[in-house]
Amino acid sequence: MDALSISTAAYIVAALLFILSLAGLSKHETSRQGVVYGIAGMAIALVATFVVVADVAIDSDDALGVVLLVVAMVIGAVIGLWRARVVEMTGMPELIALLHSFVGLAAVLVGWNGHLEAPHYSGALADIHHAEVFIGVFIGAVTFTGSIVANLKLSAKIKSAPLVLPGKNLLNVGALVAFVVLTVWYVIDSELWLLVVVTVLALALGWHLVASIGGGDMPVVVSMLNSYSGWAAAAAGFLLSNDLLIVTGALVGSSGAYLSYIMCKAMNRSFLSVIAGGFGIEAGPAGDTDYGEHREIDAEGTAELLRNASSVVITPGYGMAVAQAQYPVADLTKKLRERGVDVRFGIHPVAGRLPGHMNVLLAEAKVPYDIVLEMDEINDDLAATSVVLVIGANDTVNPAATEDPSSPIAGMPVLTVWEAENVVVFKRSMAAGYAGVQNPLFFRENTQMLFGDAKDRVEDILRAL
Amino acid sequence: MSQSQLGIVAESTPGEARVAGTPATVKQLVGLGYDVVVEAGAGAASSFTDEAYAEAGARVVGAEDAWRSAVVLKINAPTDAEIDRLAEGATLVSLLSPALRPELVEKLATRPITALAMDAVPRISRAQSMDVLSSMANIAGYRAVIEAAHEFGRFFTGQVTAAGKVPPAKVLVAGAGVAGLAAIGAASSLGAIVRATDPRPEVADQVKSIGGEYLEVVVAEEAKEVSSDGYAKATSEAYDARAAEIYSEQAADVDIIVTTALIPGRPAPRLITAADVAAMRPGSVIVDMAAAQGGNVEGSVAGEKVVTANGVTILGYTDLAGRLPTQASQLFGTNLVNLLKLLTPEKDGTLVLDMDDVVQRGVTVVRAGEKTWPPPPVQVSAAPAAPAAAAAPAVPEKAPTSPATLARRRYAAIAVGVLALFAVNATAPDPIPQHFTVLVLSVVIGYYVIGKVAHALHTPLMSVTNAISGIIVVGAMLQLSSDDTAVRALAFVAVLLASINVFGGFAVTRRMLSMFSKD
Repeated sequence: MDALSISTAAYIVAALLFILSLAGLSKHETSRQGVVYGIAGMAIALVATFVVVADVAIDSDDALGVVLLVVAMVIGAVIGLWRARVVEMTGMPELIALLHSFVGLAAVLVGWNGHLEAPHYSGALADIHHAEVFIGVFIGAVTFTGSIVANLKLSAKIKSAPLVLPGKNLLNVGALVAFVVLTVWYVIDSELWLLVVVTVLALALGWHLVASIGGGDMPVVVSMLNSYSGWAAAAAGFLLSNDLLIVTGALVGSSGAYLSYIMCKAMNRSFLSVIAGGFGIEAGPAGDTDYGEHREIDAEGTAELLRNASSVVITPGYGMAVAQAQYPVADLTKKLRERGVDVRFGIHPVAGRLPGHMNVLLAEAKVPYDIVLEMDEINDDLAATSVVLVIGANDTVNPAATEDPSSPIAGMPVLTVWEAENVVVFKRSMAAGYAGVQNPLFFRENTQMLFGDAKDRVEDILRAL
Repeated sequence: MSQSQLGIVAESTPGEARVAGTPATVKQLVGLGYDVVVEAGAGAASSFTDEAYAEAGARVVGAEDAWRSAVVLKINAPTDAEIDRLAEGATLVSLLSPALRPELVEKLATRPITALAMDAVPRISRAQSMDVLSSMANIAGYRAVIEAAHEFGRFFTGQVTAAGKVPPAKVLVAGAGVAGLAAIGAASSLGAIVRATDPRPEVADQVKSIGGEYLEVVVAEEAKEVSSDGYAKATSEAYDARAAEIYSEQAADVDIIVTTALIPGRPAPRLITAADVAAMRPGSVIVDMAAAQGGNVEGSVAGEKVVTANGVTILGYTDLAGRLPTQASQLFGTNLVNLLKLLTPEKDGTLVLDMDDVVQRGVTVVRAGEKTWPPPPVQVSAAPAAPAAAAAPAVPEKAPTSPATLARRRYAAIAVGVLALFAVNATAPDPIPQHFTVLVLSVVIGYYVIGKVAHALHTPLMSVTNAISGIIVVGAMLQLSSDDTAVRALAFVAVLLASINVFGGFAVTRRMLSMFSKD
């Protein structure tokens, strides 16, 4: 039993634990076990690899590798744990996007090393090795810049409006074709400059793919990048002939892709056009229709409505996250529930900037998760609801999606809040949402607008109650 | 008298305890720019003191001053003497029932005043906040049950006690409008078994939602077919006959009946006959909420309590809403405030009537001494639909792809994929086929393992998969064993980055999951 066979056995155990981890995370009851499995799997994999590295170091009498490993890992661990501790729950999407970029960059570096330290293969095996290096670097680089752009967009450091370059679909397809050509070339003649070219090409492609997607579609993008980072790891596994990397990468890649697919269905988007970064290319917002006047309500009026309501549904959106209104909203929920009002939450699958973003925020504020319902669970009940509070959501409650076939968001399933008796929309101003589409909901006869910062307004309502 | 003076006057109708404004609504009226005056003692019967009004920003004045206001708010229609007390150019807002009392409209039109009828608010959703009929019916429905409980010599709820078992009361509510629903809600929350009838089958869900059981009038199939041949009268007769049967059956069974059936502009339909009443058990109670319009129950007397020979009490009270004066005044007052908000767009205490607005047009019975009743029928706004319909064909629709074509394409795609995989593995040397085996199996496992993930767990799942994808650290670690300095340097950075991912990802997931709670 040498170091290598120990590591192989450990890798199999680790892979199994990762599968259990993902399975556990599918349900609330087992989600914490799932994380424990994941951590255990990772720990086993790291220890086994350390043993291999240490074994090589002893054989070659060169301790530098081990020292570097420990130093790098300690620095990484400190940074990672620190970031995880200080991150605001509203800043979660940015952090996750940033973490994806690290995996992407690591995959690029591993790929480069694969070139620099080419094993002595010959014939077909050498060609395959070259192709693997190329593919790994390509996926890694796309993930890297794509995640960076997603991170910047989510943290509002760059504008979230989609970038529209002329012939952007041609650019994407052209980049892919160029990649295939370069791969063939590199397989035939493995020059370093080809690797540099493909890296730059992939970086540019990743940037362009995500830049051309509007901020409103970011949940799908983040999930897709997650999937890409998995494929990058799997490619590295082929490169290094390491089954653990392949298994784990494929698990992450396929589950991430499936998650994106679920979300695409929820938004009525074509899955393929998301992967290709080509969506949001539909025609601009429909012409200026006069929807009439909107009506305003003040916090006291809303409190009055709530006091007399028998059932209340709250549909939060990104605006709640921005205003950090989840705590007052949770207080409001508690207060109303104490008064015997049936309060529930209706969460649109793409509310916020990350799948499940709203759930995380509400959980942070200690809203019991059994009153937080999905769109499909709550939509039928909305007609029998006294008051719906729309807090910082816009496109996800837009009746145009079901009623106006010319609308850019036509066909996207939405929360049918307008069927409720009263709708109060918390909003900063009458500006359009991320999709840039005017929302006829605001002009409905049963809708009233409550302008201002969502957090301040909810606190005003709490005081009035 | 200033142009912005708004007077809340005392009610002269005997037994009326409500008042058209409360301290809370006065505050809102002041906010609209009005100089609010309240007749001394106007709110006494509703338990609102003059001091409370003064505190809310109103001036408490004598009757004469209050009536000389530019805007006068009142609950009941004014008497002839009261109409004469109004100042020239004044606006009167109150219940007027213009459809039933044309002589009152004529009388109002003899003065140079404007009269707005609160009971003529069109029943569209925008005007719901001004609809006094709904707000009063809601109160009346509740009160009807309370009055019945008062007369009824038993519990509403069933109980099992040491002294024996008490059966729950059975309540029948005829008509599931606003009043009917309020009555159903009140009776069921007292613990009674509640049944309800209504000719509109769509209210069944509403009845159920507040705890009642909906009794559908099922008409035999042949009768329905006759109706489709144009014999509307026959269906209606068949329907009425079946409904009458249901009422007779129910009368013999239930303890309490609340009737709320009203048809606008017509006498109330007779639902419960004298025979039905006679079939009820002694001690049973009937509340006829339509008594003022002729009554749903044979033998009910408007405003009176009647006890029949077999000991059934029939209540014909017409002031049910007024029996909860404090709340009724508050809701009525709020309805008035909502109307005035619409009429005072500048919030400067100047009342402006926009006759193009359906709500404002609808309530205006007399305008500056000119009769404007009846208003044109409310137009259902069909206009916006037209452009949409016109625009739709202009959008070139993609030719729908038939399912068969889709299926063929899918098979083709799968075949290509499978062939490609086969070609790669058949030609590739070891260990590539092994790797592919692992890859393919893992992809399938990944797909199935998260197949049923709860939506709320998407973010934790993603952050865990993110942490796991940091497994690439293993590859970077192995490369650290290299002799090449450049490789080592790159591998060092890669290990560092991937470690951030691994540790950060797991830590943040744990933090997130620790927040999910269930109570």
